[in-house]
Amino acid sequence: MNPLDTLLMASQAIARNKMRSFLTMLGVIIGVGSVIAMVHLAQSATRSVTDQISSIGSNLLFVSPSFSVRGAGGVRRPAPAFDMNDVEAMRREIPGVTIAPTASQTATVIHGSINDEINIEGTTNEYFSVRNHPVVRGREFDENELLGGAAVCILGQTVVDEMYEHQEPLGSLLRIDRTACRVIGVLEKKGLSGGQDPDHIILMPIKSVQRRLAGSLDVRTIYVSALQDGTSSRVKGDIESLLRQRRRIKSPMDDDFRVRDTQDILDALAETTATMSLLLGGIAAVSLLVGGIGIMNIMLVSVTERTREIGIRLAIGARSRDVLTQFLVESIVLATFGGVLGVALGLGGTWLMTSQFGMPFVMSVGVLLLGFGFAICIGVIFGILPARKAARLNPIDALRHE
Amino acid sequence: MSIQATSSIDPSGLHPQRAPAIIRMRDVYKIYGKGPTEVRALDGVNLTIRAGEFVAVMGPSGSGKSSSLNLLGCLDVLTAGEYWFHGINVATLSRDELALLRLKFMGFVFQSYNLLPRTSAVANVELPLVYEGMSRRQRREMARAALRIVGLEHRENATPNQLSGGQQQRVAIARALVTSPPVLLADEPTGNLDTQTAEEIMNQFVSLRSQRNITIVMVTHEPEIAAWADRVLYFVDGKIEADGPPAEVLK
Repeated sequence: MNPLDTLLMASQAIARNKMRSFLTMLGVIIGVGSVIAMVHLAQSATRSVTDQISSIGSNLLFVSPSFSVRGAGGVRRPAPAFDMNDVEAMRREIPGVTIAPTASQTATVIHGSINDEINIEGTTNEYFSVRNHPVVRGREFDENELLGGAAVCILGQTVVDEMYEHQEPLGSLLRIDRTACRVIGVLEKKGLSGGQDPDHIILMPIKSVQRRLAGSLDVRTIYVSALQDGTSSRVKGDIESLLRQRRRIKSPMDDDFRVRDTQDILDALAETTATMSLLLGGIAAVSLLVGGIGIMNIMLVSVTERTREIGIRLAIGARSRDVLTQFLVESIVLATFGGVLGVALGLGGTWLMTSQFGMPFVMSVGVLLLGFGFAICIGVIFGILPARKAARLNPIDALRHE
Repeated sequence: MSIQATSSIDPSGLHPQRAPAIIRMRDVYKIYGKGPTEVRALDGVNLTIRAGEFVAVMGPSGSGKSSSLNLLGCLDVLTAGEYWFHGINVATLSRDELALLRLKFMGFVFQSYNLLPRTSAVANVELPLVYEGMSRRQRREMARAALRIVGLEHRENATPNQLSGGQQQRVAIARALVTSPPVLLADEPTGNLDTQTAEEIMNQFVSLRSQRNITIVMVTHEPEIAAWADRVLYFVDGKIEADGPPAEVLK
């Protein structure tokens, strides 16, 4: 039998039962579609976060205590936080940098009848330039407010939209936990990206957060911005040796803090998203498998249903392998068709999701080919069993089948 | 008998006893099941059919007439004995070789026509040629030629459900003939047809035999149909009880 005839025969058989064929394909369509959408969305999310981090610049360093260090007796616990003395020391010892310490705390914020859990960052005026997040209306903190830990705050744009709607925030009072805070400024809108909203934030003087909200003098993350390009690795080394000294860490022991630049964060992020892609891809692959089982199921039914037809074909001279190829090609054509529609669905879904969430639309040809290839493999793997069942039929038994 | 009277064939003239034996069965058994429940569908059958013979196989149901046809057509395998087709010991052939034998040397006609549903007449007739791997154009031509033989060239695009029973059977005959096999095997070919249509089909068989020297083996339970043949085998309990010209056996 020539291949074109085989293909034609399979297509006719599929076309004869359009609804059933479509339902059979649906499993593969959804499987391939979700593989493609999942992997693309993961890539798209990575891209958007990457873009966001790159926009911060490569001169920014994040200094923070380790989440977990080995303490006495091998018990793991979080490393001790920094305090303002560490910050002062860094300012003194390390030239050519701008340093913004932060103390953060999630608090219940109430204005009028609206309340929300918002991340409160206590910091200093350096924050605005270091994080490239300036005040657009109102003013920064003044000297007295910073020293005295005054109850004043600067709001992110999302907080303004959420809490004030059309009212004027500047000069109003906002309750943060039990403290009534005067709003003195509003931050520039950074825009939603990568799932986290950088505008859903309230800034206060660091001392205010420490005293009024956290109840401790801990400093969490210290942002350090190297004033000159290309000096960040030197600055990183300086910070590390200074902090090791201040925290009395002897040479063979590991640091109990981390100094990361944006590249480190990007690397960590890449690792996380790779894991996420794998996980999502795995889930999607399972649905593809289910789709394959659907094909096998229908092909088995079809073989039983068409036993008589198989008998006729065998009687007039079809060889076993002709029948085998006929049914195998049928399932491959089904799966391939499903693959094509799945690719379309996956791309459509990705486009819809990315445009809804303002993420960049990423399309990877490799992923498309992978999804499509998967579909064909599914067709082959799950088509073999029914096709063999058909090919092994005895001509006379098949002919007598009612 | 009226139908018999319309037959103008003189068997003795067409089939000299010297014609080569195309089918030979020796001590053939076909046994279904095992032990006390076994059924002997064929119980020691010896049979020789010469090229160009038109043989009717008769007998009560369960006598082994259909089993013998299935064995002759290589649709089933025998339990014991020998079956020589064209000088080939069929028992030694593989599944694929049997398929080739059916493709090139045998044409089948069934009681229920067994056309592929929702497939045009010409496509049905073409089917064996598809398995031969013939080019599209050539096989379409040959299928049309075969339809012309049975007088259905004008209905080549009709699907089975658009054709009458007799027309469907003629399409099936065209399909059986398209590869020009030396042997035509028919299982109750007129079983679902009225008398007049049955007569048309029998005329077709007779003319095929006389024009192309095709060997025909036909199972039937109707004596009127068997009378068209030039030799009748009468099966009882898996054995051939009588073997001779219809006039003799049908008495």
